Amino acid sequence: MPTSFFTGTDYALSLPMILLSLFGLGVLIIDLMLPAEWKRWNAITALIGLGFSTAAVMRIQLGHFADGRPLVGSFAYLSNVGGQVVGSVLMDGFSIYFFYLFLLGAAIAILMSAHYLEIEHEHHGEFYALILFSVVGMMCMASGYDLVLLFIGLELMAISTYVLVGFLRRDKRSNEAALKYLLLGAFSSGIFAYGLSLLYGLSGSTNLQVIAQALQRHYSANPKDPIAIVAMITTATGLLFKVAAVPFHQWAPDAYEGAPTSVTGYMSVAVKSAAWAMLLRIFLWGLYPLRPVYLPLLVFVSVATMTVGNFAALSQNNLKRLLAYSSISHVGYMLLGLIASDNITNKTGIQGILVYLLVYTFMNLGAFAVVTSLRRRDIIGDEIDDIAGLYSKAPTEAVLMLLFLLSLAGIPPLAGFYGKYFIFLSLIQTQHYVLASLAVLYAVLGLYYYMRIGSAMFMRPATDPEPVAISPGMQVALAVTAIGTVGIGILPEFFIRAAGWSLGIQQAGTSLLGFLR
Amino acid sequence: MSTLNAYILTIVTFIPLGGAVLLALFPRRDRDLRVFALVVSLLAFVLSLHLPVHFARHHAGFQFEQDIQWITTPNIHYHLAIDGISMWLVLLTTFLTPLCVLISWKSVHDRVKEFFILMLLLETALIGVFVSLDLFLFYFFWEASLIPMALLIGVYGHERRVYAAVKFFLFTMIASVFMLAAILWLYAHVGSFQFADTQQWLRGHGTEIQGAAPWLFLGFFVAFAVKVPLFPLHTWLPDAHVEAPTAGSVLLAGVLLKMGTYGLLRFNVGLFPDEARHNASWIATLAIIGIIYGALVAMVQPNLKKLVAYSSVSHLGFVVLGIFSMTQAGQVGAVFVMLAHGVSTGALFMLVGIIHERRHTFEIAEFGGLATPMPIYATFFLIITLSSIGLPLLNGFVGEFLVLSGAFLAHPLWGILAATGVIWSACYMLWMYQRVFFGKVNHDVNLALPDLSLRERIALWPLAVAAFAMGVAPLIWINAVDPTVRNVLSIAAQFASQVVAR
Repeated sequence: MPTSFFTGTDYALSLPMILLSLFGLGVLIIDLMLPAEWKRWNAITALIGLGFSTAAVMRIQLGHFADGRPLVGSFAYLSNVGGQVVGSVLMDGFSIYFFYLFLLGAAIAILMSAHYLEIEHEHHGEFYALILFSVVGMMCMASGYDLVLLFIGLELMAISTYVLVGFLRRDKRSNEAALKYLLLGAFSSGIFAYGLSLLYGLSGSTNLQVIAQALQRHYSANPKDPIAIVAMITTATGLLFKVAAVPFHQWAPDAYEGAPTSVTGYMSVAVKSAAWAMLLRIFLWGLYPLRPVYLPLLVFVSVATMTVGNFAALSQNNLKRLLAYSSISHVGYMLLGLIASDNITNKTGIQGILVYLLVYTFMNLGAFAVVTSLRRRDIIGDEIDDIAGLYSKAPTEAVLMLLFLLSLAGIPPLAGFYGKYFIFLSLIQTQHYVLASLAVLYAVLGLYYYMRIGSAMFMRPATDPEPVAISPGMQVALAVTAIGTVGIGILPEFFIRAAGWSLGIQQAGTSLLGFLR
Repeated sequence: MSTLNAYILTIVTFIPLGGAVLLALFPRRDRDLRVFALVVSLLAFVLSLHLPVHFARHHAGFQFEQDIQWITTPNIHYHLAIDGISMWLVLLTTFLTPLCVLISWKSVHDRVKEFFILMLLLETALIGVFVSLDLFLFYFFWEASLIPMALLIGVYGHERRVYAAVKFFLFTMIASVFMLAAILWLYAHVGSFQFADTQQWLRGHGTEIQGAAPWLFLGFFVAFAVKVPLFPLHTWLPDAHVEAPTAGSVLLAGVLLKMGTYGLLRFNVGLFPDEARHNASWIATLAIIGIIYGALVAMVQPNLKKLVAYSSVSHLGFVVLGIFSMTQAGQVGAVFVMLAHGVSTGALFMLVGIIHERRHTFEIAEFGGLATPMPIYATFFLIITLSSIGLPLLNGFVGEFLVLSGAFLAHPLWGILAATGVIWSACYMLWMYQRVFFGKVNHDVNLALPDLSLRERIALWPLAVAAFAMGVAPLIWINAVDPTVRNVLSIAAQFASQVVAR
C-alpha cells in the first residue's frame, strides 16, 4: 500500500547520502577545471562534503530521532506487516552510529591521501569522488532494511573500492590486486545474491523483518529444512567474504598489499565496518530465527580466523601484509562477540563489536598513516626494513606508531583494550570459557608480531638515509588518530555509551549531545 | 589537611606523569632535563612523605581514600587508597626514583629526554599499581608499567637488550592475561570491580564458587608468580637485569618485582584465603627451591650483575615463603623483606652500575683489589653487602628473621630449609666481595679508577642510611604493617573457621 512516493521524512533520512553524491559529482566536475598543481582543492571539497553530510546525520539524530524511536523510511514503498510499518530504510541508533564511523574513516583517509597521491603522480579528482561514493554505499549497507537496498549499497561500495585499489595505474602490484579483488569480490557477490534470492523465495519479500517472520514460521515447522540452511550458508558466505573471515580471506593480503597505502587503511576500517554493519543487520535482524543453525558455523569461522590471522601474521615481512593478517585476526575476535551475544538477552558482545570497530578505525588508520608517510622518493616503504630506525628519523611518528601498535595488541591504557575487553566480558557472561581462553591466548600471540615492528622502529638502525617528511594533512590525520587512540583509552565513557545508545541499551546518567541518554 | 588527605594519592601518583608531559615539551638541553627530572621525582617523594606522617598506624583498614566513578558501564571506579602494606611500597618507589635519576646522570648520553620521560612514566604506573583498589584500575596500571620498562631495557640496555626486552615483555604479558581472565570472571559475577565488593561477594558465596575458585586463584597466581619471579618462572629476570641500564635494574629489582609479591598478598591471600591455605604447601616448596636454587646459581656466576639478579630470586623466595606461611610473623616479615630488598638490592645494582661506568664490564675476573684505588666505594659496597646478607642491625636481618620464625611456626622443615638460604647468601656475597675488593690489584687499568664522585655519594648515602635505620628501628615500619596484616589474616581465619564448621 504505497502511501506516497517519497515523503518528507524520506528526504531527511536520505539527505546524508544525497549530499555526498552531489559533492562526489561536484568533485568530478571541478577536477576538470583545476590545473595540476591545484588538485588539493579536490581533497578540500571532499572534506567539506563529508562535513555537510555529518551535519545532516546530526540533524537526523537530534531532530527526527530525538525521541529514540527508530525511523522507517519508505524509499519508494511502505508496507504494513502485522501492524508494523516497514520500509526499506531503518534509521535507528545502529545506523547513525555507523554513519559517523564511515564519515570519520573517510575523512582521515582523505587527509592521509593528498600528499601520498602526489608522490605517486596519480593525483586525480576521481579518487576523492570514489571515496565519497563508497561512503554512500556504506550508508545504504548500514541503514538498509531491505535486501535490494543492502545489495545496491554493497555493490556501490565494492565497485568504488575495486577502482581505488587499482588506482596506481603504473604499478603492477596495484593492478594485480585490483583484478584479484574484483574477480573474487564479484564471485562472492554472486553467491551472496544467490542466498538473497533463496531468502526471497522462502518469504516472498525482500524486507528483513518480513523475512525474519517467515523464517521463524519456517524454522519452527521444519528446523532442518535444507532450503533455509542453504540460503543461510550462501548469505553468510557472501558476508564473511566481505569482512575477510577465514576461509574466505584469501583476497585480503593481496589486495591490502597492492592497493595504495591510504586506500588499504581505508579498506581496513571503513569498508570493513560497513561489511560488519550489514553482517550484523542480516544476522541479528533477518536471519535471527536461524541462530541455532548459524552459531556452530560462526564458532568454526571465528576460531579459524583467529588461528590463521595470527599465525600467518607472525612470519610476514611486509608491513601491509602483516597489518592485513592482523586485521583478519581482529575479525576473528569480533565474531566472538556475535557468538556470545544475540542482541536480545545479552548485548555486551554486540556493544563490544561496535566499540571495537570504532577504536579500530582510529588505531588501524593511525598505523596505516605512519606506513603511508614512509612512501618517499624512490622508496616504496612498506617492508619492516623500511620502518627500522624510524625513531632516529622521526621520533614523534615512531612513538605514535608504537601507541597504535600497542593499542592494536590490546594493552590497557589504550583504546584497543576496550574492544577486546567487551568481547571477553561477553564470552564470560555467556559462559563460553573455552572460546574466551583461546581468544586471550591469541591476543598474546598478537603482541609478538606487533612488537616486531616496535623493536624494529626503536632498537634497529635505519637502512636508508632518506628523511621522513610529514605533510600537513598527514599531521592532522596522525593527530586525530592519536587523540582517538589515547583519548578513548583514558576516557572511554562517552564512546562506550555511544555504542550502548546505538543498540538501545538503557543507561543511567546525564545527557550530552543526545548520546549520553 | 583533610582536603589534602582526600587527594594526596592522586597527586603523588600523577606528579611524575605531569613531569613527563612537561619534559616532553622541553628543548633538548640535557642538563636542564636531568635537573627537571630530579626536581619532579623529589617533589613526588616529599609529597609522599605526607602519607606516613598522617597515617593512622593502628587503623587496619584503608586510608586516604578517593573513590570516583570512572566509567558507568562497565562499573569501573577510580578508587585509590592505601593501607600499611601499600603505603611503604609507594614510599619505596618515590624514594628510589630520585636516586635513579642521580645515578643515570652521566651514564645516559643518548636520548636523555626520552629516558627520563620513560622513568617518570614508570614511576606513575608503579605507584598506581600499589594504590589502586579497583581491580580494573589495578590491571590498567599493571600493564601500563610494562611498556616503559620494556623500552628502558630495549633502548638503553647493553648488547643483547632487544632479546631481553622482548622476553621480559612476553613473559609478563602472557602471565597477566590469565589475571585479566580471572578479573573478568569476577566482574561477570560480582557486578563490580571494587576490591571490597569482590571480597565481600567471595566471602558470601564460598560454596557456589568451589569449582571456579582454584582456577581464579591460579589465574592471579600465575600473573604474580612470573613477576616475583618464583622458581621456575624466573628465567626472564637474569636476562632483563643484565641487559637493563642501571636505573632500570634498580627500579626492576627494587619495585617492579614487589608488584608480584604485593599482588600475592593483596589478591591471592586477600580474596581467596581458603585457596591460599590449600595451596600453601606447594607454593612454599617452590619458594624454598627458589631460595636455595637462586643462591647456588648466584654463587657460580662470573658476572657481577647476574649474581645480584640471582640473589634477588633467592630473596624474593623469602617473601613468598613468608606470605604463604599464613602466619602473622611470616607475612609482616615478607612485607619487611620487600622493603629491605628494595633498598639493599637497589643499592647493589647502583654500585654495580657505577663500576660498569668506569670499566664497561661486569666480569668479576676483571676486578680484584678494588679496595685500594676506591676505598669509599668499597666501604659502601661492604655495608650494602652485609645488609643484603642479613647482618643484625641492618635491614636484611629483621625481615628474614620474621619470615623464618613464621615458616617454623607453619612447618618446621620449611624453616630449616629456608634458613640455609641465609648461609648461602653469606657465602656468595662475601666470596664475591673478597674476589672484587681484596687482594692485589692484578689489572693495571683498575689502579687508575677514580673513587665515588660527589653525585654518586649523594645517591648512595640515603640508601645506606635507610639500611641502618630499618635495621635499628624496624618498628617504625612494622607498626603500620602489623595491623594490616592482622586484618588480612583474620579474614583468612574467619574463612577457615567457616569451612571447618561446614
